[in-house]
Formats: sequence, structure tokens, C-alpha cells
Amino acid sequence: MAVIRDVIPAFELFQPTSVDDALALQARHGVKAWVLAGGLDSFDWFKDRIKRPEVVIDLSQVRELRGIRADANGLEIGAMTTLTEVVRHPVVREKYGILPDAAEAAASPQIRNQGTIGGNVSQDARCWYYRGGWPCYRAGGNICYADTPTGLNREHAILDANRCVAVNPSDTAPALIALDAKFVVRGPKGERVVNAEDYFVGPAIDITRMTILKPGDLLTSIRIPSTWAGSQFYFEKARDRKVWDFALVNVAAAVAMSGSSIERIRLVVNGVAAHPVRLTAVEAAVQGKPRNEETAKMAGELAIQGAEPLQYNGYKVPLMRNLVMRAIRGAAA
Amino acid sequence: MPNVTPPKKYNLIGKNYTTGDLYAKVTGKAKYAEDYRADGMLFCKLALSPMPHARVRSIDASAALAMPGVKAILTADDLPAPANSITDNGTVILANPRGYQALTNEPLFQGQPILAVAAIDELTAAEAIEKIKINLEPLPFVVDPLVSLRPGGPNARTDGNAWVRLPPPPPKPGERPPVTPPDLQTVKWTNEDFEDAKSGRLPMGKATEEWHVGDIDAGFKNAALVLDETFVTPNTSHQCLETRTTMAYWQNGKVFVHTGTQSTAQTVPAIARWLGIDQSNVVFISEYTGGGFGSKITGDITLVIPALLSKKVGAPVMMRITREEENYIGRARPSLHGRMKVGFSKEGRITALDMFVICDNGPYDMVGDAFSSGRIVSVLYQPMAMRWRGLTILTNTPPRTSQSSPGGMQGIAIMEPVLAKAARKLGVDQVALRRINAPEGKAPFGPLVAGKQQYATSAFVKEALDRGAEQFKWNERKVNTGKRVGSKVRGVGVSVSSYSGGTIGFDGLFVIKPDGRIYIQSGVGNLGTESWTDVHRVVAELMGVPWDKCDITWGNTSKNLPWTCPSGGSQTTHAMTRAASAVATDAIKKLQEIAAKDLGGKPEDYVVANQRVARKGGGAGLTLAQAAQRAIQLGGKYDGHELPSDINKFTTVSATALAGQGLLAVAKDNYPHDGNTFSFVATFAEVEADVETGQYKILDFLAYADVGTVLHPNALGGQILGRSILGIGHTLGQKWVYDQHYGLPVSKRFHHTKPPTILDIPDKMAWGAVEIPDPETPIGARGIGEPPVGGGCAAIMNALSDALGDEIFRRAPITADVILASLEAGKPMQDPLRANI
Repeated sequence: MAVIRDVIPAFELFQPTSVDDALALQARHGVKAWVLAGGLDSFDWFKDRIKRPEVVIDLSQVRELRGIRADANGLEIGAMTTLTEVVRHPVVREKYGILPDAAEAAASPQIRNQGTIGGNVSQDARCWYYRGGWPCYRAGGNICYADTPTGLNREHAILDANRCVAVNPSDTAPALIALDAKFVVRGPKGERVVNAEDYFVGPAIDITRMTILKPGDLLTSIRIPSTWAGSQFYFEKARDRKVWDFALVNVAAAVAMSGSSIERIRLVVNGVAAHPVRLTAVEAAVQGKPRNEETAKMAGELAIQGAEPLQYNGYKVPLMRNLVMRAIRGAAA
Repeated sequence: MPNVTPPKKYNLIGKNYTTGDLYAKVTGKAKYAEDYRADGMLFCKLALSPMPHARVRSIDASAALAMPGVKAILTADDLPAPANSITDNGTVILANPRGYQALTNEPLFQGQPILAVAAIDELTAAEAIEKIKINLEPLPFVVDPLVSLRPGGPNARTDGNAWVRLPPPPPKPGERPPVTPPDLQTVKWTNEDFEDAKSGRLPMGKATEEWHVGDIDAGFKNAALVLDETFVTPNTSHQCLETRTTMAYWQNGKVFVHTGTQSTAQTVPAIARWLGIDQSNVVFISEYTGGGFGSKITGDITLVIPALLSKKVGAPVMMRITREEENYIGRARPSLHGRMKVGFSKEGRITALDMFVICDNGPYDMVGDAFSSGRIVSVLYQPMAMRWRGLTILTNTPPRTSQSSPGGMQGIAIMEPVLAKAARKLGVDQVALRRINAPEGKAPFGPLVAGKQQYATSAFVKEALDRGAEQFKWNERKVNTGKRVGSKVRGVGVSVSSYSGGTIGFDGLFVIKPDGRIYIQSGVGNLGTESWTDVHRVVAELMGVPWDKCDITWGNTSKNLPWTCPSGGSQTTHAMTRAASAVATDAIKKLQEIAAKDLGGKPEDYVVANQRVARKGGGAGLTLAQAAQRAIQLGGKYDGHELPSDINKFTTVSATALAGQGLLAVAKDNYPHDGNTFSFVATFAEVEADVETGQYKILDFLAYADVGTVLHPNALGGQILGRSILGIGHTLGQKWVYDQHYGLPVSKRFHHTKPPTILDIPDKMAWGAVEIPDPETPIGARGIGEPPVGGGCAAIMNALSDALGDEIFRRAPITADVILASLEAGKPMQDPLRANI
């Protein structure tokens, strides 16, 4: 049968107004249902007629999923809060500046007006073979087209590849991990709260999903503790264009200093594996050290240990190394 | 110094004004093809080939056609046979039987349309297409021209892999020789030929085309420096924001077509030829076009799909082309693989130039990029001796066509890094090196034709370089480049750039009506350059009429438009200001004659000014309104009942329809013209690169143009900078990515092909113009659309090598990964020759 793209197939649309209703709809329709947030990831799939859900549950009318609540314990950001709202929120800007930096680095102004923080962290892999409808591992097949002798893999993984070499494309995910955020997930068995880095899964665990969300689950909010409020932050995204591009590699760091040495640090890179990579070994190694060139160099070299580049993404190794160096050096770099 | 004519003082020419389409464009009231609706309109969708090369064994559409709401299917079997075309001088261009058609039974690239379905809406049409069984036989394919040239390499077509232009057949007595399609041949090189590829240098086996001027061996022998460099330019889609959407319907035997075009009048014969009908049965409506860049010179052949479906079902049909479809059928600039061996004197003068290019043509009609790359390099750098060799190789990738500065941009991109490197090696200033090689006056170029080189009408490149360098503060800025500050390093670059800038021989047409207003007929397409209105300022200027007394009719061929140049090759400003001069002169002459008839004396006793024709030095006269009334009474040539014999028959039809409404002015441009018209640009840029990420930022940019008289400064600036950005995109990131094993593209999305964004260019970009009129055209204005493209691309590349050294890149685009990997390794690290990576 002939293939045609770029026409969204018909589906049954539900627009619940509460999380309970959304969860009930998810429970009723099971694997036939698709949860729609801002639509930037979903409509791409629908337009291509590759993902063809019978039922779409649009969360845009669920008020309790929107908005940012700030108190002394930190922040709670509704999953349907747009990236623009995150960028503009005064408390977020004042105390958790790494998050608006990361959110503002995502996509383009138009996309940030529509795209949500829940969607940004939950988006699917952007591998051009997978998104192009090639029947790869991640799509349920038995080959990774990006990891063949002729595969085009400039934007693919250098770490933790397992059959699939796609990367996680999110800009906000590493910032949220650096802030030690907790993701609140509601599902058939009630509410779970997971550490940000545990929200993401690599292909070794589940090759068809990027997060722990299973059918019936809903990411409802992201909680950011006050632990890192007002810390020293560093976020940088290396990209092909200055706007409207996914990261080649990005880096996020939250640093608490004691005098002139690093007391505590959380350091995360993305765009290098199917999940954001928290660099715990580097964090341990730089603890107690000053933020200087020597520490930065040591951190950079340590960060890339075990990196395995593909044919066209060798540059990601020095890029990741240098971004980690810059994160350790800090803004004065 | 060339013989410079100082600029004339004009009232309108060279002044800014508000164009008549501005409010519609900025308020969204402008109607593009997709905005039209017609009673009972159906929609159609396309089924595209999933394979890079295949043959359709069979199509079973029975299940689709049985669906409610599905009206018809159109396949390649429904298309008329390719027809010959005829040029204005009567030369027949024979149809290429292997030329691109709207639908096919042998797709030659993934994404080629095989069939179309018309239905009551797009969803139904899409569902119908999914019910169609297309049985395809896969055939051998190749998406890399060098792979096809390898011994035993696959051919893109079953009967060959190289287009070769043959010498024209001997003419029959009394007939012009027809233009024949190129010959399709099979060209393979030997393994020995490919030895150079091992070291990353372009192999140079036997070329299919070649020319030379002067003694290159002597030139190399006498050179102080000889460089031999390989460079690969990218395939880039045109990415017009308006895709080639078309709506068509038939009424009383005439087809009405709404689609985007670069050239309103010229699209009529194209539609007629593609549909196999007489051009008197074509009504073409295109008031607004969302970009063409060479891909819509006469619209696009896919417009026949809704037109033929409409005929089949007896209802209007809308074909909306999606972004992904546009990626396949929206055409592209071909990549050139180039190798340049260049000899320089110690002062930097080019003593010899040996240029070799391979053009990645795609599978269909031959593009001239290989040939024109040599022609432009020749005119722009004036080598003392030059050899050019080239091949045009077919691949199973989307069809190419002209894209702004076709061949010129690639030739400049291949040549400029060599010049930048030579200047560094010789210790010669970059501007000085370009200046010493710059064309001047009637500069010769290209191969010998009948024993002589052709030459330019004029060239003021040295003036553009001098004034540009001064405005850019080149000498101050160049001092501190290449030094690292933290992770940042700055560099400055200069480049020169050129492309054709005008043609001749088209018609002007307007009517002065008894209301005293001038009704100008414009056959120019509204492709965004504003030339559809700018060229007609010449009429008002020469007639001495305020611009608000002029009305322009454009964008609808039922409204009696004159024969007009195609808006491609940056012809329009030159060609149509000539036609405007000619038709204004005709009007003035007619006004003088009418005045002399009514008021006595000789026609030359009268002048046309202040909306009157009156005796010189004051005295009796007629208003334009009175003269228009008299023209109707006099009839004959005055009101268009008698027409000149030399105008195009297209103009004759239009003028005949307008006859009797007032004083009808109509004329063909018969002005003399000695040489080939080119425009030139000197481009300057400063960049700042980050050696830790490979990212870079353009800090400043100036393009200084030699385009003759400036017609409309704002529009000129828009073109100079806009087309510079098109070129800059080729440096920053625009490209295709193909998996060679499967012959399929992975960069199908708009964002994968990475056209530059507004944040990728500097906040402030500057332009200037030399403003020396071209001596070979009445107003002195030349075209500008294409000349800046190569300059924009090359100035950024040269600034990068100034910042980072010569061992970073060997091809464009130059992305962060290329810079970082090469800096890390201390040598160029990108795969040097593989296509579409």
C-alpha cells in the first residue's frame, strides 16, 4: 500500500478538565490512547501517519496541570506549564536561573509558547531514521540504521548506546536533574515521586521508550527543592543554529561553594546518550577543589571516559569534554 | 579608469517609496495560490515513490476509487507528451524525452510523485492513497556522483549517468538550428583515476566538457605560488516559504491556474506547453509569490496535476504541497565537487587557473551549474590563462534547477578559500589580492567564441572593493585577528562575487487614459523583489508624471500584460527598465505628434513634462488627459489600433485588447547593448569563533555592490542582504544528508536542512552601492538578485580561515562539528569527498 505523509489521520479527541478525568480516560482506552500536551512532538508523529492513535487525550483544558507555585520549600511546576511561562516566572528566574536558561535555549519563541515543560522532558527521540518511519529497533524492528557503516549519525550517542544510538533531545532535562528535581507521576496505582534522573530510561532498559511513563501514567508536575536555590549555575547548549535547533550537546551544573572550593555540585550533560547523563564521578572528583582551569581540565577528561563515538559524531567527545570544563570554570570562563 | 558616466539627477529613480503590495503583504490580505477557493473545489494528494529508483509494474487503485468522496486518479499515463518550446527569436528547443514530468512510471528519486488522487477533502484523498497498491520493481541507484564514476559504479538511469552537451547539428538552409537536448552517456573512470581520492583530493578522470584560454602551463611555470585545492559545495533545497501549491479549473475551454511564479507573462507559454494546449486558452493568476530563488522561474511543472485532474472530473482542484513534498519536488541547487589549481605571481595576480568540477545533477534535466561556475570564475578573477573541465553526473536525488547564482555561487565558494590561502602565503593583503585580479570595464571572460572571448558591459569591482574596505575599516580590523582571547578568536574575510545582471529585447505597454492617469501593464512576477513595480518608475520618471498618477496592473494574464523577461538570472531590472524606457519614449513621441497636429509646429517643438505636452519654453499645450482623448479620436497607432510589427505576439494580443482606451504606448527594447551584463559585489565579514565548541558568530557584515544606477534603494538593500544571507546559509549549515546504502534522505524536515535563522545573522548588516551607471543600457541599472550569493558564502568562510587557519575545512557548510574535530586533530577531519553527509 502506498505511503503518504503530512495528513493527520482522524482520531477521537477527548479534552478532560481534571487529572482524574484524564487518568480515567487513559485507563479506559489503554494503549489506544495518546496523551497530548503542547503537541510539538505529537503532531509531528500524527502528520507523518506513523503514530496513529485512535484516541487522543488533550490535556490543554486541565487547569490543575498549569502554573508555577513557589514557596520556601521550592517550586512546583505543573507539567502543562509552557516553556515561555517557565522562562518568564520571576521566582524561577531569581533563584533557579539555570532552568529558564535551559528552557529559553529550547526550540524557538513560537514553539516555547506552545510547548510545555512536561512535554519537553517527555519528548521522544529525534533520530532522523526513527522519526522518518524507518523500522528500527526503537520502532519495534531489529536494526539500528544510524549505527551501520553508511549510517548518518552526526547527532547520535557517544555513551550508553545499546542497539539504539538515539539521544535524548531535551534542554530542560539536564537543568532539572542539576536542580535535583522530583517528577510527580500519577497512574493506575496512584502517585509516585521519582528523582529527575530516574525519570529517563535508556535502551538497555526499554528501547521503545525514553521515560518511565507507561500507558495509563501521567506526569503531573515537577517539584524543585530549595536545596540549590541561588546557587552558582551553568548552562550551555552547543547547537548548529542560534535558535530552532536541538542540542548537539548541552551541559547543566549547580554548584555550591565553600570559600573558594566546590562544596557540592550536580553536573549533567544531554545529547550524548538516550537519557541525560549525570556525571557522578566528575561530581565526586571536583568536590573540595577550586573552580579553576586545572579542576576544569581534570573534570573534562574524566567526563568523557568510556565515550565511544560513531563514524560522524567524534566531535561530541571533545565537545562534551569542553562543555564540562566550562561548567566547572563557571561563568567567568 | 573606465569611462564613467556620472549619475543623472532623477526625481523618482533612486528614491524610496511605498510599493503597491506592501499593505496587503504585511496585513495578510494578500492572496497566494492556497488562499483561493472555487465552487465545488476538490483537493488532491500525491503518492510518492518510496524508492530511489524503481519501475512501476502495476497500479491497483480499485479500492481507493470505490471509496465515497474519491473522484479520480491521475497517473503518468494521463500526461501529455513533452512538447518543444520556441524562443522569442524563433529557435526551437527540442523537448528532452528524459526530462522531468509531473508524474512518472519510473521514479528516479525517493519522493517523486507517481500518482495523484482527487477527493472531496485531503483526509479522504490521503486515506485513498493508502488503499492503492503500487507494485514497484526496484532498480539500481546511486546518490553520489563519485560513486557513479567508479569502475562498475551504478548509473542513476538505466541508460547512462552523464549529460553531455553535443555541438548543434548543421542548420538547414534558411532555418535556425534547433537546440537539442544533451546526450545521455555512460562515463566511468579507472581505479588509477581514483588514486587521488585516497588523499582526499578530487580525482580528475576524463572530463566530458572542456575549454581553455591562454597557456596555463606557462602560467604555472611563471607562478611564484601554486595551490591545488579540493572543495565540495552542498546540495541545498530552495526552501521557498510558499510551497508549489496550485489551484486550477476550466471554464469554456480555458484553464485558470493559480500558483506561485517568478515571472507572470512567461509562465503562460510554459503552462500551455506542459498541458499541450494553445496559450490563448491559459489564464494565469499569480499576484503574490512566496519566494522562488530560481525554482519557480515559470511556475512549476507539477501545476499540471490539479489542472489535468480538474479537466478529468469537471471541478476545480486544489493541490496543497506540504513541506516534505516540497523537499522532494521543490528543486535544489546541485553540489559541485571542485578542484582548483591556481598559480599566483608574488603580487597575487593569477597567472594560471586550472578548474575541474563535477556537478551532482540529480536524475533529470541537465543544469548548467558546472559550465557557469567556470564562466563566473573567469569573469570575476580574470586569470591570465584558464582551463575549465567539467562533468554533469546524474544521481537518484531530487531534480535540480537554477538556485540564485547557479554555478556562480559554487564556483566562488570553491575559488575564494584558495585566494584567501594564497594571500596568507604570499603576505599580500586580502583586499589587494582581489583588487589586482578584479575585472574592469569590458572585462573578457569564458571560452573563445568564434576565436574571441566574450566581455562584460562594464565592471567597477575595484571601486566596490575600495569603498567597501573603507566603510568596513578593513585595514584597522585586519590587524588583530587570529589572536585567542579566552576561547574566542576573531577573523575578517573579504570576497568578490558576480552573476549575470540583465537581458534585452522585451516589451513595455501602458495607456494614458482620458482621466489623465497612466495605466501601466506589468508582466513581471511579484516574487518578493519588488521589480514588478520598481522597473515602471522609469515610465513615470521619463514622462515627468508623479508616481501617484500611475496605476499598475499585474499578476493576472487576463488583464492584458506585455511580453516580459523571465525573472531569473537577475534580468528584470535591466531588461524591464530598458523596455520601460522604450515605451516611455514611444509615449513621448506620440504626445509630441498629437500636440503638433493640434497646435501646429513640429513634434520636436514640444516637450512632455508636468503632466502636459507643451511647446518648449512655455506656451500652448495639452494636458495628458486631453492628449489621451485626442489619441482616441485619432485612432491608428495613437490609441493602439495600429501596432508596431516588432513587438512579441503576446504583447500584440494584450495591446489589441487595450486599444481605443486612450493613448496607447507600446514598444520593444531595441536599444544597443555591447557585451554581457554582469553585476558584482565586494563582501566583507567579521566572525568570532569559539575554539572549545566550534560554534561561531557573525559579528559584522557589509556587501558593496556594483549594480549601476540604483532604482529603489530599500528594495536593492533587501536583495543585497537577503541574497547574501542565502549564501551565508551555505556556509552556516544548509545541506542534504543521504544514507548511501539505501539511497534515501534523512534530512527531509525543514529544520534538518537548516536554512539560517534571523539570529544566525548579525543584528546590523550593511550594504552600499557604487552607483556608476552601466554604459550599455539607457537607465544604467543592472540586476542584483543573484550576484551577492557567492559573496555572502565566501566572506564568512574566509573570515573563518582568517580566525582559525587553513587546515579546518575542505567543504561547505562549515558547522561546529567540523571546526571542533579539525581543531582537535590539527588537520581537516571531515570526510573530504563523500556526497551529502
